Amino acid sequence: MNIVVTVKQTFDTEAKIVLDGKGSIDGSGVNLVINPYDEFAIEEALKLKEKFGGDVTVVSVGGERVTEAIRTALAMGCDKAVRIDDPALANADEWAVAEILAKAVSKLPCDIILSGRIAVDDGSSQVAVRLADALGVPSVSSILKLDIEGDAATVTREIDGGTELIEVKLPAVFTAQKGLNEPRLPSMKGIMGAKKKEIAVLSLADVGVGAGDVTAKMGVPKFSLPSPRKGGKVIPGEAPDAARELAKLLREEAKVI
Amino acid sequence: MDFGLTEEQKMVQDMARNFAEKEIAPYVEEDEENHFYRREILTKMGDLGLLGWSIPEEYGGNGMGWMEAVPALYEIAKVHTSWRLSISGNCWGPAMTINEWGTDEQKEKFIPPLVSGEAVGSFAITEANSGSDVGSMKTFAADKGDHWLLNGSKMWISGGHTSDIGLLYAVTTEGGGAKGLSCFIIDYNNTPGIERIPITKKVGMWPAPTSELVFENAVVPKENLLGPVNKGFQICMWMLNNTRMGCATGSAALAAACLEGSIKYANERTQFGQPIGKFQMIQQQLAEMKLEDDAAKFLVYRAAWLKENKLPSQQATSMAKVFGCNAAVHGANMAMKIHGSYGYSTEYPCGRWLRDAKQFETLEGTSNIHMGIIAGIELGYQPNR
Repeated sequence: MNIVVTVKQTFDTEAKIVLDGKGSIDGSGVNLVINPYDEFAIEEALKLKEKFGGDVTVVSVGGERVTEAIRTALAMGCDKAVRIDDPALANADEWAVAEILAKAVSKLPCDIILSGRIAVDDGSSQVAVRLADALGVPSVSSILKLDIEGDAATVTREIDGGTELIEVKLPAVFTAQKGLNEPRLPSMKGIMGAKKKEIAVLSLADVGVGAGDVTAKMGVPKFSLPSPRKGGKVIPGEAPDAARELAKLLREEAKVI
Repeated sequence: MDFGLTEEQKMVQDMARNFAEKEIAPYVEEDEENHFYRREILTKMGDLGLLGWSIPEEYGGNGMGWMEAVPALYEIAKVHTSWRLSISGNCWGPAMTINEWGTDEQKEKFIPPLVSGEAVGSFAITEANSGSDVGSMKTFAADKGDHWLLNGSKMWISGGHTSDIGLLYAVTTEGGGAKGLSCFIIDYNNTPGIERIPITKKVGMWPAPTSELVFENAVVPKENLLGPVNKGFQICMWMLNNTRMGCATGSAALAAACLEGSIKYANERTQFGQPIGKFQMIQQQLAEMKLEDDAAKFLVYRAAWLKENKLPSQQATSMAKVFGCNAAVHGANMAMKIHGSYGYSTEYPCGRWLRDAKQFETLEGTSNIHMGIIAGIELGYQPNR
């Protein structure tokens, strides 16, 4: 069973987001990690590999720094990796990334594609689903359990207020929800082994995409931070009067009652 | 000169940090309160390769050395100082010493379980009446032809009663002082005549077991002598030059934990209408902590680098150890002051930091002993090994 895991490198969830004067995110000095939901995808891929054999290939789009995230995935036990890096990708949107991933993934032997259900940075939840569409294969999002038998998967996924059981033929794309598994830590042996594993670095031309074919359809002109929390309000006076005033403010100002 | 970690060292550091946060941090308060040694943490450390530094891969070593071990131990010690002891107790103590001085049979038999975490390791030097003066120890190993017969007792032994495999230093030539000591490998589960008594009344390091060991006609096989007869003192000093890195790194990490906790508190706690970090006297305290914290870390890394490059490291190790413990004690003291009454409450970790910091001034060579080593080498009275 061959598995592809698409991985995104994101800010550490504890990183403090700082914007520059133009409303862009200043990423300098920020610790980067594998998107935590992608870690569930990696773990699931490794469990399937342990059960059925085959190779797990990590695929990621991004610059040199993404190698850190890929190396960690390899240290966890993935077998090889592809990193797609091209200057034309500087402002790539979800559509462009999905198109590029589709081209790259279609060249790899692959029965299952796993990814996180959401990236913790931009939170768009689009790429994996778009990738399935571009490849013409089914996708199941937010999975909590994955059982494979032959060329069929039985999947439990999270829905509002409950779970849903889905049967689907492979190949298919699955996105991992928290609760699917408990990702392993890379062992020292894994870390030592990771440096010997292959990371293929491909340009757009290498995957067979022209720079003009993936011009972003969507731009992000600026980011803004949530407005800082305002201090509390103390209502003075005797309790009955203060309570009356409180009720009035809750209704008219806060509009919660 | 490069102050950065390699990609691999950074991965080790990240992994150790994640390990400590995931597997150690959730139990810190509970295990402190119950003085509980959570054995399975050692197993998990072994599984991940956190006990196999500078050990050949054929014996289960992780293929990495000092420059990776130090950042890993640092991250673990920052979360819970007690758990830094396991790296010395299993790897830098018995496993590494057996690897250096042992026969092939000894290496094959004893190193793999120590490195995998299947066995708990220890080393026993100190006695009730023999501390800094190692040569004055009284535990005696008599050569009985086909075995060694051990009598005597050891005191303040880390992991003594939980240990499966340990090194033990004993007198083999009466009146020989430092030149009459030998080192033995003890298989604690299969050696009758050893009583192991937990020491429960300690100021700190509560989840890390400490013990008194009593040997009464304990029979140790001939083949468990480590290295030549009467070379025990030399082996002991060689070993301590490694295990002291556990104290040096652990104390630097404790100082860092105190600083991190204090910075967080200084940013959160408001008095006179502003965060207390805005007050110059708090800034002075934090600046001192930061200076000492960084200096301690740099000294540890320099000692690690010397060891990795097989250069004389004894003086650098003593400097890192003594400076680190001063930084930890000072840092813990400052942290408690900065936290005010909350610092004195057991709801906050300041009390644990202070309790744990104080041990560093004593174990594996008191600060006085280390100052003596530093000065002695500087004055040319002793070689820097």
